Amino acid sequence: MSDKKKLRAEILSNTELATEIYDMRISAGEIADLAKAGQFLSLYSQDGSRLLPRPISICGIGRKEKSIRLVYRIAGKGTAEFSQMKAGMRIDVVGPLGNGFPLKKAPALIIGGGIGIPPMLELVKQLDCEKQVVLGYRKAPFLLEEFQQYAKVSVATEDGSFGVTGTVIDAINQNGLKADVIYACGPIPMLRAVKAYAAENRIECFVSLEERMACGIGACLGCVCKSKEVDSHTNVNNKRICKEGPVFEAGEVEF
Amino acid sequence: MDMSVNLAGVSFKNPIMTASGTFGSGGEFSEFVDLNCLGAVVTKGVSNVPWEGNPTPRVAETYGGMLNAIGLQNPGIDLFLKRDIPFLKKYDTKIIVNVCGKSVADYCEAVTRLADAPVDMLEINISCPNVKEGGIAFGQNPKQVEQITREVKKYAAQPVIMKLSPNVTDITEMARAAESGGSDALSLINTLTGMKIDIQKRKFALANKTGGLSGPAIHPVAVRMVYQTAQAVKLPIIGMGGVQTAEDAIELMLAGATAVAVGTANFRNPSAVQEIVDGIGEYLKEQGLSTACELIGAVME
Repeated sequence: MSDKKKLRAEILSNTELATEIYDMRISAGEIADLAKAGQFLSLYSQDGSRLLPRPISICGIGRKEKSIRLVYRIAGKGTAEFSQMKAGMRIDVVGPLGNGFPLKKAPALIIGGGIGIPPMLELVKQLDCEKQVVLGYRKAPFLLEEFQQYAKVSVATEDGSFGVTGTVIDAINQNGLKADVIYACGPIPMLRAVKAYAAENRIECFVSLEERMACGIGACLGCVCKSKEVDSHTNVNNKRICKEGPVFEAGEVEF
Repeated sequence: MDMSVNLAGVSFKNPIMTASGTFGSGGEFSEFVDLNCLGAVVTKGVSNVPWEGNPTPRVAETYGGMLNAIGLQNPGIDLFLKRDIPFLKKYDTKIIVNVCGKSVADYCEAVTRLADAPVDMLEINISCPNVKEGGIAFGQNPKQVEQITREVKKYAAQPVIMKLSPNVTDITEMARAAESGGSDALSLINTLTGMKIDIQKRKFALANKTGGLSGPAIHPVAVRMVYQTAQAVKLPIIGMGGVQTAEDAIELMLAGATAVAVGTANFRNPSAVQEIVDGIGEYLKEQGLSTACELIGAVME
C-alpha cells in the first residue's frame, strides 16, 4: 500500500500573498488525508521543456475539505508558471513526500525564515503544547496574522522595518524566549545559527532542509545531505532529503 | 499480440526497461507503477564497495533536459545483494544489474560477487561522465573498451551488456571494440557531458561543474547513434536517451534497438514506463503488427 499519491489536482484558488509569494489551494483527495506538517508535494510543469517536479512545502492541510495549501515563492520559470494558474485549472501533483515534523509535547520554539515560514504554519496549528513562534523576514511580513491566531509571535526583519532588527536569533535573545524543543525551516545561514544556538543551550532541534531534487521520491540520489552516521538505506554518510528528510534532528546532519 | 523480445538468449516480456540510475532498484517507484509491467528493471550502478558520490547540487534542469552529477553513489555490492535483489525477485520482471568501478579489478570483483545471484544480465558502465576514476575513462578509448570487456567476460556468469558513452568521435568504433572483447549486447547512449552556469550567482549549477545531460533534448542523438551502431555490429542493442513516450521508444526500435530503456521520463512522470509499454501495444495494433520484434531495425531507406 502506497502512502503517496499521484493525481491531477484542481486548483481552488491561487492568489498573490506578498511580492512574488503566492498562496495556492488545491483539491488534494487522499493526499489531504495522509499529509503531515513538514511534508511537501511535487508539482509538475505543463511545459514540456521543464521536466522536473518542483518540491513545495505544505503550508496547510484541510482534512474536511480534502485540500492542501501551498505558499511558494517565484524562484524560476516553473514557479512563475504556477503563479499564473487560475482557480479551476488542474495541476499534476505527487505527495505527500518526505517525513514531516515530529509532534513533541515539550514547550516549543517554532522558527521560520523567508520562504521557510509556510510549512511552520501547519506545524504550529498541530502542536498541542506550550509554543512560541519566531519569524524572520527580509522586509515585509507575510502570514503573520495567521501565526498570531495560534501562538505568540516574535518577528525579526533584516532592514528593521518590522519587529527586531536582525536575525531570528536576535529576536530570541531580545525577547528572552525559552523552549525545550526547536523546529526550524529557512535559509541555510539561519539554520546553522539555530543549530548552534540549540547545541549551546542543549535544546532538542529539528531542521527542515532543501536541495535541488529530480525524482522527489528517493530514487535518484540527487538531493542528499551529509549525515553524521552511516545511513541505513544509502550505506554511506548521506541521507536523502526527499525521503529520510526534509526534517532532520539537527545533530544528525551536516549543512 | 507478442510483445516479447530476446537479448543474447534472455527473453523479456516486452522491450521496455528502466535506465540505470533513474529508478534505484525499483522500491521507490513501486509505489507508483507495477514493476510487473516491465521487461526488466536495470538497477542503479553498484560497485564492489559503497560510494559516497559527489557534493551537491547534483542535479539541474535545462531546456528540455537535465544535468546530473550524482557520482555513482551506491550502497556497495554486499547490501545490494542482501536487500535489492530479494526485493526485485518478488516481481515477474527480469533483473539487469549495472556495475561500475574505479579499476578493472573493481568491476571484476563486483561481477564475481554477482555470479551466484539470481540476475539475468549485467550492464557494465564504462560511460559515466561524473566520476574521476573509472566510468567514462574506460569508454572513450577502443583498446580499453575491448580490454575491460574481455576481463569482465572472464568473471561474468550472466550475459554482458557494455554501456557506451556518446561522448566520443565515433560510437561505432567503441561498439566494435566491445564486440571484439566478447560483449553479448550494447546499451546506448549514456548522458552527454554538459555544463550550466547560474548567471545571477555567476556560479556553476552543479558542484561537479559538469554533468550528464539527459531528457528529450538528447533523443535525436540517441536515435542517430543507435542507428549507426546497429549498422556497424551484430550485437543486440538496448536503446536509450530521452525516451518520454511510446513514440520515442518505437523510434529507437525502428533505428535498430531490440529493447528500450526509459530514464529521465520517470522523474517527470513516475508511471511513465507503464504508459510507454501500453503505447507500444497500441501502435502495434494500429499498424497491424503482431510482434514487437517486427519493429527492430525496420526503418526504411
